[in-house]
Amino acid sequence: MRQSLFIFIALFISYTGIAQIDPVLLRKTEKDTSGLLLNMDAVYNRPFLQLGKLPVALGGYAEANYQYLQEDGITEGHQFQMRRLTLFVSSSISKRIKFLSEIEFEDGTKEINIEFASVDFEFSPLLNMRGGIVMNPIGAFNQNHDGPKWEFIDRPISSTQMLPATWSNVGFGVFGKKSTKDWVYAYEAYFTNGFDDKIIDNAANKTFLPASKENKDRFEESFNGSSLFTGKVAIRNRKIGELGLSYMGGIYNKYEEDGLVLDKKRKVNVYAIDFNTTLPKINTYINAEWAWVNVDVPETYTEQFGKNQQGGFIDFVQPVFKKPVFGFEKSVINAALRFEYADWNKGNFKSTGDNISDEVFSIVPAISWRPTAQTVIRLNYRYNWQKDILGNPPAKLAGIQFGVSTYF
Amino acid sequence: MKKFKIITAIVLVITSVVACEKILPGTPPVDELLDGPVEGLSFEQNRKFLAGDVAFNDEIFTSQNGLGSIFVATSCGSCHAGDGKGHPFTTLTRFGQTDSTGNQYLHLGGPQLQNRALPGYTPEQIPAGATFSKFTPPANTGLGFLELVSDADILAMADPNDGNGDGISGVPNYEYLPSFLSPFSNAIPRNGKYIHRFGKKAAAYNLLHQTVNAYNQDIGITSTFQPKDVYSGLNIDPEVSDQTIHNVVFYLQTLKVPVQRNQNDAEVIQGKNLFIQTGCESCHKQTLKTGTSPISSLSNKTFHPYTDLLLHDMGPALDDGYTEGSAKTSEWRTPPLWGLGLSPNSQGGQYFLLHDGRAKSIEEAILLHGGEGQQSKERFQQLSVQEKNRLIKFLKSL
Repeated sequence: MRQSLFIFIALFISYTGIAQIDPVLLRKTEKDTSGLLLNMDAVYNRPFLQLGKLPVALGGYAEANYQYLQEDGITEGHQFQMRRLTLFVSSSISKRIKFLSEIEFEDGTKEINIEFASVDFEFSPLLNMRGGIVMNPIGAFNQNHDGPKWEFIDRPISSTQMLPATWSNVGFGVFGKKSTKDWVYAYEAYFTNGFDDKIIDNAANKTFLPASKENKDRFEESFNGSSLFTGKVAIRNRKIGELGLSYMGGIYNKYEEDGLVLDKKRKVNVYAIDFNTTLPKINTYINAEWAWVNVDVPETYTEQFGKNQQGGFIDFVQPVFKKPVFGFEKSVINAALRFEYADWNKGNFKSTGDNISDEVFSIVPAISWRPTAQTVIRLNYRYNWQKDILGNPPAKLAGIQFGVSTYF
Repeated sequence: MKKFKIITAIVLVITSVVACEKILPGTPPVDELLDGPVEGLSFEQNRKFLAGDVAFNDEIFTSQNGLGSIFVATSCGSCHAGDGKGHPFTTLTRFGQTDSTGNQYLHLGGPQLQNRALPGYTPEQIPAGATFSKFTPPANTGLGFLELVSDADILAMADPNDGNGDGISGVPNYEYLPSFLSPFSNAIPRNGKYIHRFGKKAAAYNLLHQTVNAYNQDIGITSTFQPKDVYSGLNIDPEVSDQTIHNVVFYLQTLKVPVQRNQNDAEVIQGKNLFIQTGCESCHKQTLKTGTSPISSLSNKTFHPYTDLLLHDMGPALDDGYTEGSAKTSEWRTPPLWGLGLSPNSQGGQYFLLHDGRAKSIEEAILLHGGEGQQSKERFQQLSVQEKNRLIKFLKSL
């Protein structure tokens, strides 16, 4: 696997090397101009470059940052982080058959993931088939997570620590879109491999869907032989904005092996709603996502692992200065603000009837400068209040983050 | 000019943000925290303390690293948030022993109930006919000081026949040592049994004993010290290393003592006097001293835990019909009162006091005293409202 990756990277670098020698050979790939774009289009709505008549187009993005965070007087000091280096390769095999892959290196080479590697067959705009490693379309962030698109250095807590973004699996499904002058309607439906019982048996000591990402075998085999269904419908109006409703669910535990029954079948259900819009006249961009998780946790297991979770975020991004700066003609300076919340254990203790906490609330004011649309320099201030399962006085974490993220 | 303004604005924002320390949450006052090491540890001891801290508070057990298959909690820290008292969520249930002849239900899973189980497994049930009692996890602070109180000092506080006629006796819990323990050099055994001091019934000899039992009985983790798996009853490979256990023991030994708050407040001082006058201090001894220790920060220190480490008969209302060691079913070891005022910070904003958390306030805990505590309770009841409030204010300052 690693050998293949290195070969891929070597090829990638050699292509880009050629491009540096003779940039006139580079051309931008055609964009979808068929109508309004949705979160589901994010996977193709990226800057790709194609070299001459090569059958593939290349792209990617990188994120690096500095941070100084302090929790209740304790700090780990000054930290420089290379959070992500992501490489895209797309190819139009024919006019209506496309291939796209996305490989991500997180925290240096600590994690190397194939986040997306699918072939899309278009039978009609309303009926496309997708197969391979797909992004399960739960919420909006999982579909539309590229760093340069966001004014905030940290990804939303509820999307990454409650929902498992970025979350992709092997599977097949269909999707389609219908556009009119002011409206676009879309759907997606996939069956993929899915979760495993680590979601309630993990070192996070909480019901934690991202724990299943540790199972690299999920790209090779299903943990329990049951498929995970993920479906989403979305609608966008040119003036109002985009609304998405999504569901993801399936059996997560190993209930049978070699014909022997080990446990009853236990389900995980995830529901999400997402919305984004740009307010007219003042151009304030609002982006929000809220999700609910329901897990069939055995009654005889520990309440440490919650049966219900909920959380979400809302971002406000206000352009405040849209004039050339340092020769960057399309420079924009934004002021932004994020509120986010996640409750990993929604319920009450059996012993006392009192509320189970295990929740975090966070506020993140930010300033960003976009010298071009594809590059963002960000300054964030984060303040978190996090309560333990008992609801004891919250741990307070705050600090400064400064970083850059850019497509290339 | 515009460029200059923009750069200036950005630099000002960054500078003001970075320069303003108030935007970073500071350390809570030292007297508001129970965790943290004693002063004066060496660099090497600090490293050992940190290793123990990580094992105690951060190491989560799962099915992959030995949890269960039946258990009560998934980590040490689950029961002792911030090293404080526990919550009914992780209250322990012990069953099976009614007198000093030992636990007759060990072959049926005693002494502790593992009331939770991994998916696909069935939790333990209390066997028919067994009596039981519930134990709320205690605070960890200052345990290293209590471990170093000499047997001679404990015996000096004992008054088994109530020789002074104050209605309070107080006896140590004598028990045989498990094979993995060595007695303290200054131990004073009786008929081959040694004075135990930790736990609600003073049934744990020292912090190694307590730690090994907690890993095994609370989390279902075997060790070279206690290789018996709580689910199968069979000896299995160790699931926690000796080094980790020693680090955790060191961590518990070197946790600081709680720092009293408002000790110069006039009402707190009056409350303390009332505490002594009502006879509370007869059992909740204000001052003890440590013996010699290789950890200089603990060696030959005077400290104020408000306990005598002895067993006292607390009357029929607190008699659950279960006991450990040589303690009677109505006898409970005097719990240290230090850190009492900070209990809500680890108990979800509430009080869960007495051995099983049944008292929801300090006053309720006092009023549930019986037996040897009966006279003090009656004296407390005779105090005026103002005096009661001052006494409680003193207790909350601890």
